[in-house]
Amino acid sequence: MNRPIQPTYTLDKVGEENFALNLGPQHPGTHGVLRVVLHMDGEYILQADPVLGYGHRMQEKIAENMTYPQALPYVCRMDYLGALSYNLAWVLAVEKLCQFEVPERAEAIRVIATELNRISSHLLWWGAFLLDLGGFTPFLQALTDRERILDILEEVTGSRLTYCYFRFGGLPSDVDEAWLTRVLDFIKEFRDRLPRYHDLVTGNVIFHHRSKDVGVILPFDAAGYGLSGPILRGSGINFDVRKHEPYSGYDRYDFEVPVDQNGDCLGRYNVRMAEIEQSLRIIEQAISAIPEGPVRSKVPKLIKAPEGEVAVAVETPRGQLVIYIVSEGGKKPYRVKYRVPSFANLSIFAKMAKGQLLADALAILGSLDMVIPEVDR
Amino acid sequence: MNISLLSVVGYLVAIAALVGLNAVILVWLERKVAGHMQFRLGPMEVGPHGILQTLADGIKLVSKQLVIPDEADKPLFLLAPIVSLVPIFAAMVPLPFSETVQAWELNIGLLLIIALGLLNTLGILLAGWGSNNKYALLGGARAVAQILAYKIPLLICVMTIIMMTGSFSLRDIAIAQKDTWNVLYQPILFIVYIITVTLETNRSPFDFSEAESELVAGFHTEYSGMGFSLFFLAEYSYMFIAAGLATVLFLGGWHGPWLPGVAWTLIKIYSIIFLMMWFRWTFPRVRIDQMLSFGWKILLPLSLINFIITAGVLAL
Amino acid sequence: MMECCYIKEVVKGFFSLCTGMRVTMGNVFTRPATVQWPRESAPLPDRFRGHIMMLADDATGYPKCIACTSCARNCPSQCIIVTGKKPEGAKKKMADRFELDFTKCSLCGLCVEICPVGALDFSRDYALASYTRNDFTTMDLLQELGSPF
Ligand code: SF4
Ligand code: SF4
Repeated sequence: MNRPIQPTYTLDKVGEENFALNLGPQHPGTHGVLRVVLHMDGEYILQADPVLGYGHRMQEKIAENMTYPQALPYVCRMDYLGALSYNLAWVLAVEKLCQFEVPERAEAIRVIATELNRISSHLLWWGAFLLDLGGFTPFLQALTDRERILDILEEVTGSRLTYCYFRFGGLPSDVDEAWLTRVLDFIKEFRDRLPRYHDLVTGNVIFHHRSKDVGVILPFDAAGYGLSGPILRGSGINFDVRKHEPYSGYDRYDFEVPVDQNGDCLGRYNVRMAEIEQSLRIIEQAISAIPEGPVRSKVPKLIKAPEGEVAVAVETPRGQLVIYIVSEGGKKPYRVKYRVPSFANLSIFAKMAKGQLLADALAILGSLDMVIPEVDR
Repeated sequence: MNISLLSVVGYLVAIAALVGLNAVILVWLERKVAGHMQFRLGPMEVGPHGILQTLADGIKLVSKQLVIPDEADKPLFLLAPIVSLVPIFAAMVPLPFSETVQAWELNIGLLLIIALGLLNTLGILLAGWGSNNKYALLGGARAVAQILAYKIPLLICVMTIIMMTGSFSLRDIAIAQKDTWNVLYQPILFIVYIITVTLETNRSPFDFSEAESELVAGFHTEYSGMGFSLFFLAEYSYMFIAAGLATVLFLGGWHGPWLPGVAWTLIKIYSIIFLMMWFRWTFPRVRIDQMLSFGWKILLPLSLINFIITAGVLAL
Repeated sequence: MMECCYIKEVVKGFFSLCTGMRVTMGNVFTRPATVQWPRESAPLPDRFRGHIMMLADDATGYPKCIACTSCARNCPSQCIIVTGKKPEGAKKKMADRFELDFTKCSLCGLCVEICPVGALDFSRDYALASYTRNDFTTMDLLQELGSPF
């Protein structure tokens, strides 16, 4: 079928002045191939219809046609900014399905790597959000620090973006003392540099005016739309998978779940900034208490899963990711379902954008921290 | 007054050279400033420290095909960059660089520059309308809405200075500051002036009509090659004029110790331009309605109060 | 009181802008993070993943691969083609053709991990560029190694 997708819409106000504006699929403000059809009255948005699917790769179907290890690199390519969380979710799901043991040292390293990944994702979001608001320097300031995280992660995983580091039953390779010291050095330096972020942006009066009371999500809506991650916490609901359904040994670490009651862009901003600091704390604790021992338990070379189903939830930088696997036995899963956070988070955009100025709508979209390939899968 | 054709041509060539050279330097400077403020180096490859990069880019832009969208209003589309650029040649005329270096001493030079500054907006509006692109149109409309916010405070700023000097001639204003620069009398006014001028030249944090993350490239979304470079030329030339005006109005024109007058003028002009670049690479963009309320609620009262106080002080 | 708050806001806002400008000016005087590639390059970590390459047997200089095809079977993207035969007089098979379709490879490393004789490794070759994609659809990994055939 060659018919273009026609979004269904009803306009509240129909008149000569209204027009439809195609925001995307190529637009600097949509962070990827997202298209939003905006119905505008001058600068005001009457209705926003996100049109998805430009980056649809049938990730679930691919996973169903692959053996469990083969699906691993694909999973990490959904959310390219938080690849390790996806990596972790998949290995956790298969480990739970097949009841593989994971050594404690491997768990600790997993936590360190995932939290570093989370910081790098938040940093990129920080820069991109400011880019949406029109500030360019923050973007590159965040990138310089993110680059150092990428260097650190590259040293253990071998890649810079779409990491594929965790394996069933542990890790393919151990980390050494030098790497851990390097991480600690980074944390120290980064703590010194964090005030710069706050000086440049958090206190800035223009930024304040652009983000305060813009795009308010009420807690009721946040829960109703199935939002998760910093967006949910920015609306005053305290829910973090790491805290409430701990996996991979998160219950061993002492950290807080930052919550902001305002529900606006500034609230989400504050939550993410606080999360960066909490992640630093988690990493420090994980490194100081890292146990010795092997990093991979005995796992059969050919993985045949027993019959059954399993669901695993993981807190990615963007929210709650659930991987649900149904197995009929054998080397391949029968059905795989990804519940991705960005998809649910995007669902509230149409509601929030209504009646806003174009500039605000883009600020809202930026504050939602979209990764479009994750939405489209 | 005795103007020969030859001298007119001579001045025009000199101004054209100044406009071109200024743009080449400013584009390079902007990229360098941006680079170093963002832990980068900026252009490094063409020439020492990339000084010739703009030239290379310019040649590339000029040699590119001029794409005119099918649905565009062709005459307007082609006219817009020219409308933006041409007034600059006129606006440069009364700008004094030193006691002697000035294209033509006009006794209403200040008014001329202020009036011609508005034509830039016309160019943007034409571009926005002519390209038949919704983003461009929004950009053009924003540029017009913007005038409301900055023109009145700007005029009041200028009026205050005129009141202090008693002349519309830029040369007289500069001469009057021989001993003390106006900025020492009017620091707040100077800040207001810099803000309004940032608004007038469409520079971040007030770059509504380009607003990269919102409107793709705003009014020049559809322009490529030559049209795009003309807009660029115009933007940087307006910056130059605005900074030149600030120099004359507040920073004492060519007055300064040791160095010759022209050098002082250029130093002051480029410092102010650097300040505007510094703004651009530091701040996020203001929202358009916030800018309007900022113009009416803060800039206007500030400049008015200043005006009244100045008038009172002068009357005493 | 309102006016007082209002003016305070304005002044506070003004100073916040100055703080921001201080930060960017500070940036100017920090060392840039740029690495002037290709004149200099950033260090490559040991575990860097370039395209996969075939290791040579130290003793013979021939490829280590025994053509068991488990890498080809395990590759999620099916980008390895390997065939082998027995050289005359040898007991084990040896690869006579090992092609990698690098355009499909996701650099996941499953092949490297699965290989029973450790014949594969990641190269450290990252500056790959070519005028045709054919150069990467069939990369002959055996090319630079000796061959018994
Ligand atoms: S790295 Fe992965 S995708 Fe590439 S050839 Fe090896 S198994 Fe296949
Ligand atoms: S797994 Fe190793 S030995 Fe087997 S075919 Fe591949 S490279 Fe050769």
